[in-house]
Amino acid sequence: MDTREIFERLDRVFQDVFDDDTIHVTPKTTADDIEDWDSLEHITLISAVEREFRMKFKMGEISSMKNVGEMASIIAARAKG
Amino acid sequence: MKELEYPFDAAYIIKKRKSLKKALLTDGTSRIRKKIAVFGGSTTSDIVKTLELFLLDAGIEPEFYESEYAQYFQDAMFPDETLLSFKPDIVFIHTTNRNVTNWPEMIDTTEQIDEKLHTELNRFTAMWKSIAEKFHCPIIQNNFEMPLYRLLGSRDAWDIHGRTNFLTRLNEAFYAYARENESFYIHDLNFVSADYGLKEWSNPLFWNMYKYAMCFEAIPSFAFSVSHIIKSIFGKNKKALALDLDNTLWGGVVGDDGVDGIEIGQETGVSQSYYEFQTYVKQLKSLGIVLTVCSKNDHENAIAGLNHPEGALRPDDFVIIKANWENKDRNIAETAAELNILPDSIVFADDNPAEREIVRTQIKGAAVPDMDGVENYITTIDRSGFFEVTTFSEDDLKRNEMYKKNALRAAEMASFGDYNDYLKSLEMHAVIDDFIPVYLARITQLTNKSNQFNVTTRRYTPAEMESVFEDDGYIRLYGKLIDKFGDNGVVSVVIGRKNGTALDIDLWLMSCRVLKRDMEFAMLDRLVERCREVGVETINGYYYPTAKNKMVSDLFGRFGFTKTEEHEDGSTVWQLRVADYKPQNHVIEVFGNDHAEA
Repeated sequence: MDTREIFERLDRVFQDVFDDDTIHVTPKTTADDIEDWDSLEHITLISAVEREFRMKFKMGEISSMKNVGEMASIIAARAKG
Repeated sequence: MKELEYPFDAAYIIKKRKSLKKALLTDGTSRIRKKIAVFGGSTTSDIVKTLELFLLDAGIEPEFYESEYAQYFQDAMFPDETLLSFKPDIVFIHTTNRNVTNWPEMIDTTEQIDEKLHTELNRFTAMWKSIAEKFHCPIIQNNFEMPLYRLLGSRDAWDIHGRTNFLTRLNEAFYAYARENESFYIHDLNFVSADYGLKEWSNPLFWNMYKYAMCFEAIPSFAFSVSHIIKSIFGKNKKALALDLDNTLWGGVVGDDGVDGIEIGQETGVSQSYYEFQTYVKQLKSLGIVLTVCSKNDHENAIAGLNHPEGALRPDDFVIIKANWENKDRNIAETAAELNILPDSIVFADDNPAEREIVRTQIKGAAVPDMDGVENYITTIDRSGFFEVTTFSEDDLKRNEMYKKNALRAAEMASFGDYNDYLKSLEMHAVIDDFIPVYLARITQLTNKSNQFNVTTRRYTPAEMESVFEDDGYIRLYGKLIDKFGDNGVVSVVIGRKNGTALDIDLWLMSCRVLKRDMEFAMLDRLVERCREVGVETINGYYYPTAKNKMVSDLFGRFGFTKTEEHEDGSTVWQLRVADYKPQNHVIEVFGNDHAEA
């Protein structure tokens, strides 16, 4: 799974969760960039990303992720392992 | 909506929540509006949003009040202005074992543990009483799910020091309260969490990170289960189960394999599964669910199959048997018409996906569960929550019998040339009088179930009905109709509110199973009589149109009222001068409450 594929699939998840087809995420995207991305929606997002990539984030990872780039690198690392 | 029916994909619902909601709100369904206050002991945000979807799908448009985080006790005991003016139709107390604070310790004596139990319990009973007093609305209360770990292992279950034992005792005390108090409903969180898988359910990550008392993907299962109680309270339960026969009630095709060739009974695993399903269906009948057959078969083959000596069901368990070669959607529509119920109150169970598709697309609102594999039939129907029981009255026990007698009446009617002669031949007598406590549950149930013969479609919770019952400002009548074929039970309710020398009709409803029997005239005669006794001079009738009550748009006109107002939305106001009224019922002999139990 290369980075481009991860970001394409993340785009779809973000679009579904926020019900907005115009969303495109980059490694630098944070909650500040997406209007509805508050702490309540964060859990929906995490849950949907986990489903999409058939993996689970660890508790420490969820609280320390700073942006979508970090999320993508955890996904990539999990895919290799 | 298929996405929200059992067995749904929880992850899909979570991900697509926003677009599902949009689709539901724009599908053109008319919905009743209800206010629901959720008093949470943990985070409720996603629970409320998911519950909203299931309720919208069931024809209820909810408006929510949500406690601030874990403020359930404060909201119940000391509601602020916002909450008081919200005036909830239902309060749902979402507490879990995370909200228990006085756990037993190993060093505690029996007395100390009893004391802790009472402390916990008193906190809850105080809330329930406060809510009943302040809001006069039904309460839904979670019981407790079992704990994530058992310090004592299996001993935790029975040793009074075990948390498992402590929670079990608390649950028992909750149930005792539920048995004693109407309008108080337990939501069986304990079952739902076990059904989902307790280990997954209780994953502590979700509590420690987000203060959710269950794992995120369990929220749809939880909300779905809560929605069943709310649907049931507001009269959205299904009423009838229409069943296919071949490969639904037995294995094989009776027309091809012959009665001896179908699989039912104790011989094989497959035949046992069908037998268990038949037994389950028979149990549904005992809840008052009307059973019918909708099968592509020759009639005599269908009857022969149902008479199979190893089967649990018999032909006379079914009120209507449609075994023919018509399209099934047509048979379902006819079944609904013959039962005088709306097609959307039917559940259609058929193993054949093509038949299901026809009914699903042609009969709007009918429930069509995916019957896939006989070993799954029972759980599919059970978990769908079509028939959630919140109230249970004597009438429910007798319902199938009553519908069957209606079929006999219809047969007899065909033999009379004159309809009036037919009505007289039924030897009808009625009890029409003020409410009595023994019928309050049934009366309340009728106000929540009757859609067609109902001029105002006003719904009453048991608590509201209780206050109407105790208030001198009302004239109340219930009507119970008996004829030579049997007792129809309580079938009509009228509630009028005194307004000076006038009486405003808040509610006039009748069960459709006694249509065209002149029962409505008997009710009116009695109402006028009562008005004269207490000095009421005029009666004001109100008709508010809904999608379903067109049959009574001219009820007051037929009664002899004069129309005084007509509004753009189709609602009308009518007036009757009591002094001018002459009795109109000549076929029903009417008695008072002294005959109620006869």
